[in-house]
Amino acid sequence: MPDNGFEPKIVAFFCNWCTYLAADLAGTSRLKHAPNTRVIRVMCSGRVDPQFVLDAFAHGADGVLIGGCHPGDCHYQEGNYKALRRFHLLRRYLADMGIEPERVRLEWISASEGDKVRAVVDDMVAKLRELGPFRQPAADEPREKVEVTS
Amino acid sequence: MSPKPKVAFYWCASCGGCEEAVVDLAEAILDVVAQVDIVFWPVALDFKRKDVEALPDGAILATFLNGAIRTSEQEEMAHLLRRKSRLMIAFGSCSHTGGVPGLANLFRREAILETVYRTTASTVNPEGVLPQPESRYDGQTLTLPVFDDSVRPLDQVVEVDYYLPGCAPTPKLVAQALGALLSGDLPEKGSVLAPDRALCDECPRKASKPEKLTLKAFRRPSEVIVDPEQCLLAQGLLCLGPVTRGGCEALCVSGNMPCTGCFGPTSRVRDYGAKAIAAIASIVDSNDEEEIRRILEEIPDPTGTFYRYSLPASLLRRRRPESVAA
Repeated sequence: MPDNGFEPKIVAFFCNWCTYLAADLAGTSRLKHAPNTRVIRVMCSGRVDPQFVLDAFAHGADGVLIGGCHPGDCHYQEGNYKALRRFHLLRRYLADMGIEPERVRLEWISASEGDKVRAVVDDMVAKLRELGPFRQPAADEPREKVEVTS
Repeated sequence: MSPKPKVAFYWCASCGGCEEAVVDLAEAILDVVAQVDIVFWPVALDFKRKDVEALPDGAILATFLNGAIRTSEQEEMAHLLRRKSRLMIAFGSCSHTGGVPGLANLFRREAILETVYRTTASTVNPEGVLPQPESRYDGQTLTLPVFDDSVRPLDQVVEVDYYLPGCAPTPKLVAQALGALLSGDLPEKGSVLAPDRALCDECPRKASKPEKLTLKAFRRPSEVIVDPEQCLLAQGLLCLGPVTRGGCEALCVSGNMPCTGCFGPTSRVRDYGAKAIAAIASIVDSNDEEEIRRILEEIPDPTGTFYRYSLPASLLRRRRPESVAA
């Protein structure tokens, strides 16, 4: 892990029934993990609109983590499958936009897997440190590097 | 000075189809001409930039500006016309959300210039000359507008009062907008001058849309004989009607072609393409990861499909420059 002083910001969308409880369990079990996530509790990973992911990046996030119940375990039957389908399509768009695949992650973490929260967050922070900050040019920078040399 | 309200039309980064859309008013254009003074319309009338500059600020009732902003000249003209006009109307998809030219935001400007001026099969440019903002020739200094890194919709450059959506806006919507303008009966500033509901709502095939629409395969119009009555999405054609604003009266769908989304989103959606990704991925009929991947692979170009008209107006706006391959 390069010690470049860069602390990645991760927006984490955790589902109410599994991953959020796992994060809670990690806390009550006194498991230490990197403090870089900003957890947003959603009722289901299927509630994560792709717009949320893009909005996180547009507002300066370096990575986005989505956590849901394991396949077959969704409290609402199919929400996590919906998240999975959207994730597959969204990932192809993000690749076209030059966003590295490590910056967006979908993980199935059940309520009893506090240790997996720790492992996933630590691993993601390490990978984002390698990648460096995510920066998108502002709308009023249309000609950042304008001079053409031929 | 004429008492008739003054109107201007201008053309930035677009194909020219929006200029056609004005002419498509057909006889109705004569009524328009009878009611307004067109003070600037480079494609049709011989007024120059200095004529616009000579007008007092706010002298023009409304400017209809089509096309995205891609060069320094377009930006200057947008600012000039904004200053001279009481209302600025973004006319057509390119001005509204970036349009097809906005897909250039997937590439660096250097790569675009390289392709266009050096490497295409039809290019003859033995010295490899690229356009320069300033160059010397025969003792003279010649200038060209600067070609920007990014394509921008009009509202990222100047304040926009109203949007006329579409590629191109339909004559009916244009006539309605002109009518509203002349009568002063205008909606809230910032409105899109088209109904705020999804295209499916006005689609003639609406009744045949299944209660629960799911798909095992996506097909292209060239691969199937399209049933002229049934919901196109239900036939496996990637119709973007569910996420696209209506108002076109389902022109493409009536012609047996799926909606490609030129009217952009409704007011509840911030990022059109993301919403389209959500809607289309959700109807894939599988819970098996491998099968999901295979079905979605049948959409060859998700970015070009879902952001065809709106990449510069999206949350990310353009490909990240740091990681763009030349």
